[in-house]
Amino acid sequence: MIAAVLSGFAVALLAPALAKRLGRGAGAVLALYPAALFFRFLSRVPAVVAGETPSASLPFVPELGISLSFRLDGLALLMALLVTGIGAIVLVYAGTYLEGHPRRGPLLGLLVAFLSAMAGLVLCDDLLALFAFWEATSILSYFLIGFEREEAEARAAALQALLVTGGGGLALLAGFVLLGQAGGTLEVSALAANAEALKAHPLYLPALLLVLAGAFTKSAQVPFHFWLPGAMAAPTPVSAYLHSATMVKAGVFLLARLHPALGGTREWVWVVTSVGAATMLTGALLSVGQRDLKRLLAFSTVSALGSLTMLVGVGTPAALGAAMVFLLAHALYKAALFLVAGILDHEAGTRDATRLGGLLPLLPATGVAAMAAAFSMAGLPPLLGFVSKELLYDAALRASPLPFVLVPVAVGSNMLLVAVALTVGFGPFTGPRGATSKLPHEAPVAMWAGPALLGFGSLAAGVFSGALSPFLSAAASSALGHPYGVRLELWHGFSLVLLKSLVTLVVGVALYRGRHRLRAFAERFAPLGALGPARLWRAGLAGLVSVAKGTAAFLSSGSLRQDVRVVVVAAVALLGPLLLSRGTFGAADALPSVRPIEAVLALLVVAGAVGAVVAGSRLSAVVGLGVTGYGIALLFLVFGAPDLSMTQFAVETLSVLLFVAVLRRLPRLRSRSAPRSRAVDAALAAAVGALMAGLVLAVHAGPLRSRLSGFFAESSLPLAKGRNVVNVILVDFRGLDTLGEITVLAVAALGVLSLVRLRLAAKGTAGAKEGGR
Amino acid sequence: MRSVILSAAARLLFPLLLLFSVFLLFRGHNDPGGGFVGGLVAATAYALLSLTGGVSSARRVLPARPEVLVGTGLLLALGSGLPSLAAGRPFMTGLWAGFALPVVGKPGTPVLFDTGVYVTVLGIVLLILFTLQEEDEA
Repeated sequence: MIAAVLSGFAVALLAPALAKRLGRGAGAVLALYPAALFFRFLSRVPAVVAGETPSASLPFVPELGISLSFRLDGLALLMALLVTGIGAIVLVYAGTYLEGHPRRGPLLGLLVAFLSAMAGLVLCDDLLALFAFWEATSILSYFLIGFEREEAEARAAALQALLVTGGGGLALLAGFVLLGQAGGTLEVSALAANAEALKAHPLYLPALLLVLAGAFTKSAQVPFHFWLPGAMAAPTPVSAYLHSATMVKAGVFLLARLHPALGGTREWVWVVTSVGAATMLTGALLSVGQRDLKRLLAFSTVSALGSLTMLVGVGTPAALGAAMVFLLAHALYKAALFLVAGILDHEAGTRDATRLGGLLPLLPATGVAAMAAAFSMAGLPPLLGFVSKELLYDAALRASPLPFVLVPVAVGSNMLLVAVALTVGFGPFTGPRGATSKLPHEAPVAMWAGPALLGFGSLAAGVFSGALSPFLSAAASSALGHPYGVRLELWHGFSLVLLKSLVTLVVGVALYRGRHRLRAFAERFAPLGALGPARLWRAGLAGLVSVAKGTAAFLSSGSLRQDVRVVVVAAVALLGPLLLSRGTFGAADALPSVRPIEAVLALLVVAGAVGAVVAGSRLSAVVGLGVTGYGIALLFLVFGAPDLSMTQFAVETLSVLLFVAVLRRLPRLRSRSAPRSRAVDAALAAAVGALMAGLVLAVHAGPLRSRLSGFFAESSLPLAKGRNVVNVILVDFRGLDTLGEITVLAVAALGVLSLVRLRLAAKGTAGAKEGGR
Repeated sequence: MRSVILSAAARLLFPLLLLFSVFLLFRGHNDPGGGFVGGLVAATAYALLSLTGGVSSARRVLPARPEVLVGTGLLLALGSGLPSLAAGRPFMTGLWAGFALPVVGKPGTPVLFDTGVYVTVLGIVLLILFTLQEEDEA
């Protein structure tokens, strides 16, 4: 299971070559991978329904209790089927949708990588591994939203989405760490088993709020909802996949996943339910003012995510059952409608709902698929959307906190969403022909097959909803933490719930008929949008940047001398007092044992340093520094550290070479400072020298309590099969540190590269100014 | 900086330094040496060439652009941690072959890791050096 999911990252690497070789067929070939995964998961359904949880585990850092453990319970299975099934459809679609795009290969690769990350996220049982997959989806989403990288709007939307979800991700990590502290484990299943103790722990509330911050940002809950409509800058297949069916559901998924461990408390119910309800209403209200099909769908998705969050917040068996059914229903119809919006954009040249109409005769297959999806979204029987809405109303009606608030919110939002559903999936295909720039014709089968399949799925799942009951019950049971049976039926008999469904439909259709007036009315409030959280977010971001600029300007004036001074003064001021008050210096007794060779080398080092200071030219200063460096390298050698010494020699040699490379660009050496400032500099230099000497003496005087050096020396050969302890530490015992260090070095080198490139771009003006520094 | 003696010496030293750097890399596990210092020595070889004959002459004998070297090295180092996962051991557990090759010695994932360090360090130093020099030449 683990290898099957992670191999997607390798498959992703093949995508560019495949796209070059196969053209439009590349999408279909790549889709074989998620399709295979889909059927593999499908074959596990009977076992999971029977109550088994197939699992697999791989140790990662066993010392810290971190392992890569996958656990396939009902909830994970539902999500995994959605991720792989819709993933396969989207890949086939994208291969054709992006026909002729120069970067089709990379896009397909990113989609496959995303698919793997998402599948990993839903299957993980370990919180830290889950976090890693969570971040991977955020980062891949950044590249996918900003795919049209030449467009400033796409780049800005991508960055906004990354910052919002990434910020939430940081909160999430902190929350997970607190959960680990409070619960003593990072395994979700183990946390759930110990839920009562966890909820009574003093760290429960902070951990809960941090986790919620992560989930709410990812699932675009109020007040973080604004990034989702912005993310519509992504190519349509990406929106269909990430921003309706999978990634935005990750937050809701996490809430459902952690519900057995954290849910059911007063804090959980109130915070999660009210945020969900507010999001549900906000999304629905904002959607009616839109003309762009994708934005209409985006706001309706915000609303749908709100209802899911609300249901998980309520947390009763009925609510979680309704949430699982709605999760499936929404994924089916929303992905289909997004794909249809892409087809319309592709074939008719516009996504403006007011300009599309009467297209059914021209795009019959797409039209039928769109209508099936739209009717499911509107909650028309016998589609799955109807079944799901019945359950939603039922759950809201029986919710323990404030049913008299939740029911009107749910009914009101759904009325608006009926109008949205019809505007997107019904309006473009009926009525008079709209004014489109090109004559539309039916899309290639690779594009309409996906929506058709999903639309048919909405219908079949509705008609045979009874057959889905055991599967969705398994999902609801894992979110609840105990077995529960969801009953899916088309006919509940005459009831209050049915009445609400009918009223919703009737009012919704009426709103659809008056949609132009409704939109005009909503557009009058558009200026209010400037007061929304998006503005607050931008202001906050601008504030953060200016604080950072201010701090940087305060600490680093851009003059090298000044910068060095700041570092040196800080080091002396912070370390000096500590050293004087706590340090013990046992140097005097060490003096007699100095060998002549050591004394000579020490003198050489000092002579080099003095030479560098009094040098009349840069070249001689460089030579002076070189002498100091080589002298130190020789000292290392004398003290029996050949590795260190060799590295020091190489570094010194390279520094001299680098100096020579830039020497010509530096101005002639001349005295720039007044004697007084030189005196200050000399004092500073002496202070930092004294500090370092003091540190060395203090370290030498204290007892060396490290047990590590003994361990390394003894186990180097038996454990790591190397006699050179230094190297074994670097590449084996502490290999992870080394990996981190070379990564940092690589980033620094890239920094140099981009700085110089930037300066080359603005050539001429910068050169003269920089020279003096 | 055009000096006939220096450029002739650089051309003679280049293969020797390169060979020496590889020697350092592979002997590192048992004797002083290793990927880091090996990479630095290799970078010195290229730096000599580029200082005497210009960046272009050094780029000609470099198998890939320094940026690519940095990425390749990091991937090598990271990838050396993966085989142990496939063997069901924690990430980056050292795995060793049961036989020894001439020159290289016993092949194992730590040697691969060290090679990654070597390539990364070489790439980083040359990236900085070439960038600075080319700005100068521009």
